Amino acid sequence: MGRMTTLPAPLAQIRDDFLELDQPDRLVLLLEFSGELPELPARFTGHPDLLERVEECQAPVFIFVEVDEAGTVFLHATAPEEAPTTRGFASILVQGLSGLTAEEVLAVPDDFPQTIGLTDAVSPLRMRGMNALLARSKRQVRAKTAA
Amino acid sequence: MAIEVDSSEQFAGYAHPERLVSTDWLQDRLGAPGLVVVESDEDVLLYEVGHIPGAVKIDWHTDLNDRVERDYIDGEAFARLLGARGISRDTTVVIYGDKSNWWAAYALWVFTLFGHPDVRLLDGGRAKWSAEGREYTTERPTPAVAEYPVVERDDESIRAFKDDVLAHLGNPLIDVRSPEEFSGERTTAPAYPDEGALRAGHIPSALNVPWGRAAADDGTFRSPRELEELYRGEAGLAEGDEVITYCRIGERSAHTWFVLTHLLGFENVRNYDGSWTEWGSAVRVPIVRGSDQGEVPARRG
Repeated sequence: MGRMTTLPAPLAQIRDDFLELDQPDRLVLLLEFSGELPELPARFTGHPDLLERVEECQAPVFIFVEVDEAGTVFLHATAPEEAPTTRGFASILVQGLSGLTAEEVLAVPDDFPQTIGLTDAVSPLRMRGMNALLARSKRQVRAKTAA
Repeated sequence: MAIEVDSSEQFAGYAHPERLVSTDWLQDRLGAPGLVVVESDEDVLLYEVGHIPGAVKIDWHTDLNDRVERDYIDGEAFARLLGARGISRDTTVVIYGDKSNWWAAYALWVFTLFGHPDVRLLDGGRAKWSAEGREYTTERPTPAVAEYPVVERDDESIRAFKDDVLAHLGNPLIDVRSPEEFSGERTTAPAYPDEGALRAGHIPSALNVPWGRAAADDGTFRSPRELEELYRGEAGLAEGDEVITYCRIGERSAHTWFVLTHLLGFENVRNYDGSWTEWGSAVRVPIVRGSDQGEVPARRG
């Protein structure tokens, strides 16, 4: 499990926090993350063009990545109140990825969501939602550092 | 039935109005002996954010599905689950949830596999309860454990398997997914996690009637007349038809199953829960791409 040691400190801390809890309390912690998801910065809220339109009635989740001149990544996300699990996943990534360098974000293992002990409490299918968020974040980092 | 039905005018035109209750009806009966309210959502944490006072939670994935095999829990596990939620065989169960009762209808369908006699939906689900400013609580009830009998699951009457669908081709088949999934542009609902199907498209001869068309903007079911127009008119279903519904994993199609069975009174409707995630990965089954229904294929070998 050598890659564990390369996990950025904030994500490693989040993982450890989940793993030391029993299953029901992991859901409680996920709910706390959900409540901590920050509001979108005002400069994004007036830009519906940045939002991807989602069909059907699934709660839409949007992720915006910024990379500053020093190569530091900032992640912003929004999801409706009625989608606390999605908000929790997004909040974990906002707290775990923001402030890292682009290289560090890109080096985060793609299976990080499977390592934080939520799979049984949430179901494997739902965890894929977090994989998608992580993949999307990385894709945006890649796009924004390619120029 | 343990508790009187909701005889409000708005439900009178449905085939089985006893399967629906209104928010007013439920509000007046919260805490009534013999009634258990169950919340079942797509989102596994939504109940924890706040639920109808006294409601218990049943999660479609972590509670109703077997953890190892792709199947529902068996009679013993169902008895344990319901007993722990304070439900006995003669309890009136009212289920509600998010997204126009999509998952609530799925839970009701699973309850029906075990023949639970009196299970109803709260018309409008969470959205309507919220919109009307009714109370939510985060307090978890601690129901006294009830005796629930071990009942063998009936996989014949309302459930279809892949071979049943193959044998059914030529009879009405309703694909309730989005038009993009139906045509094969994509295998998953937009913005949903990929549940894995190797091929895209639909089962030959299936008619595409997205499930959400049966729901009004406030999450309630559309009126009897609107549902008649949609399913008997547009989709051409006729009295006595045997119908199979499907989607990706059988959840959205459980909503349509509820509409056809309980609101319109079709007596032979089965839900194919294997749905596209099975069909789209199965070897040597016929598939049609594009938005046309496609012909019923000749039987193969």
